[in-house]
Amino acid sequence: MRGGLRMVGEAVSVARAGAGWMPRESFWLRLEVLGAWLLALVWLAPLIYAFWAAFHPPAYAIRFELFAPLTLENFAEAWSQAPFARYYLNTFLLVSSILAAQFVLCTLAAYAFARFEFFGRDVAFALVLVQLMIMPEVLIVENYRTMTLLGTVDTILGIGLPYMASAFGIFLLRQTFKTVPKELEEAARIEGCSFLQVLTKVYVPLAKPTYVAYGLVSVSYHWNNFLWPLVITNSVETRPLTVGLAIFGAPESGVDWSIITAGTLLAVAPLLIAFLLFQRQFVQSFMHAGIK
Amino acid sequence: MSFARSNQVHIYGWLLLMPAAIFLIAFTYYPTVATLAHSFFSDGTALRPSVFVGLENYKLMLEDEVFWKVARNNFWFALGTIPVSVALALLMAVWVNGRLPARGLVRMAYFTPTVLPMIAVANIWLFFYTPDIGLVDQVLGMFGAPGHNWLGDPDTVLGCLIVMTVWKESGFFMIFYLAALQSLPPELEEAAKLEGAGRWYFFRRVTFPLLMPTTLFVLINAVINSFKLVDHLFILTKGGPDNASNLLLYYIYEVAFSFFDEAYAATLTVVLLAVLAVIAIGQFVILDKRIHYR
Repeated sequence: MRGGLRMVGEAVSVARAGAGWMPRESFWLRLEVLGAWLLALVWLAPLIYAFWAAFHPPAYAIRFELFAPLTLENFAEAWSQAPFARYYLNTFLLVSSILAAQFVLCTLAAYAFARFEFFGRDVAFALVLVQLMIMPEVLIVENYRTMTLLGTVDTILGIGLPYMASAFGIFLLRQTFKTVPKELEEAARIEGCSFLQVLTKVYVPLAKPTYVAYGLVSVSYHWNNFLWPLVITNSVETRPLTVGLAIFGAPESGVDWSIITAGTLLAVAPLLIAFLLFQRQFVQSFMHAGIK
Repeated sequence: MSFARSNQVHIYGWLLLMPAAIFLIAFTYYPTVATLAHSFFSDGTALRPSVFVGLENYKLMLEDEVFWKVARNNFWFALGTIPVSVALALLMAVWVNGRLPARGLVRMAYFTPTVLPMIAVANIWLFFYTPDIGLVDQVLGMFGAPGHNWLGDPDTVLGCLIVMTVWKESGFFMIFYLAALQSLPPELEEAAKLEGAGRWYFFRRVTFPLLMPTTLFVLINAVINSFKLVDHLFILTKGGPDNASNLLLYYIYEVAFSFFDEAYAATLTVVLLAVLAVIAIGQFVILDKRIHYR
């Protein structure tokens, strides 16, 4: 019935497209297409400019000539002026340690919420959701105090700790686990699986798309995160890319535009390249995470 | 419950929850309560330990002109960014969801700002706003407008931040609308077409009302972001000139880590927490009325 209706609908729209829109409507449609493209161009403009300035000699940073000479000099300069290699390593360690911890903590908690009717579950779940509102960014003052007590100021662990139990991750995985048929779990039980084995052999494999989606969202978030890492770090050995870039690009540092934009592109390159390569996956992941 | 051996369910449930609970207690609940407590104490030093001062910090806050300025700024910043970015997000989603030539490319363009760090794009926007040689002045110069110090002028600085934030956020919100649009049954539109309803009429009377839960969700996120997002201030203005672009969270950062007044920073944080609590309560009240959400 549904499929039939859709087919009729498609036939109608194909017929209409074939017959052409009415002239007045077609004018507006064209105007809309133009608007959509123009907006896209405006939205890409900052990035296009960054590429322009980074790949041309400083003399062309504010002059736009089609045949300006290309150069990689700015990248070499930026690379030599700040310890980008170290910043890359720090960001990589930060992002992967947070993600690993989030996967473990959120999986266990989500399993509890999805399949165990334990005492106080609903209250506990409501309390977890509080973190969706009160994010670690808001609590920088107190969390700094806590990190001082724990001795984790200026460590990569210290940057990651407040983010490891993520309400968003718990919520997302709980929703997914709830859709797993109970029969599968019972079958696994009959095969002799313990309750942790049920989790790792039934639930986790079935939730793979959610892990991918959550992983991409988490990695983009922490690759780009700035305020808390700025507060808690104060040495080259711990600073992630964003904080390093802020120090490198500060007006006081006296570095010129071309080199700053080159440094900026260096900092965003891995994520940007990943995004351009797996664009579909990224958009789908953010959508998947957004629907729940 | 298949593991139901009465007590076992409770024990397993809590054991599974325990690791996450410890982290949440340590870095969310405890600091929230501690913030509230510290706002009632004076700032301690090595010589002068902190003492209970009651509402003294709050009294200071109400007399602090910078606080009022920051609160006003944050209000205008929220009012400037939220409606525009949400409306643009909806427009983008409708466009990208339709039959648009080069649709994939356009969608990518809209979404790109989302994957870029605020701190990095602020570097680029800083150049746009640079007086005379910046892109904004160069483009306006073509129409004969004189150069302007966009970020140095208290009248234009907040507007500059709003424009950049709208650019950064719209594509992110678009995703939620896009997901919602794609879950709408296509029969609706076909039926409307057969009935001869115009696109605008269809959007106004069918699509938009059906997207209401999404709009609500996006609005809440936008409000939270307008209080949470201050990264760009570090690069663009540092809250200046004369606090004309200072926002609440940035002010908290300054008070705590530049002026080292932790008690006052805690007091300001309580205000921020109160704002977030009001949003949370508002969300519950509204969602209660709209049962069809989930």
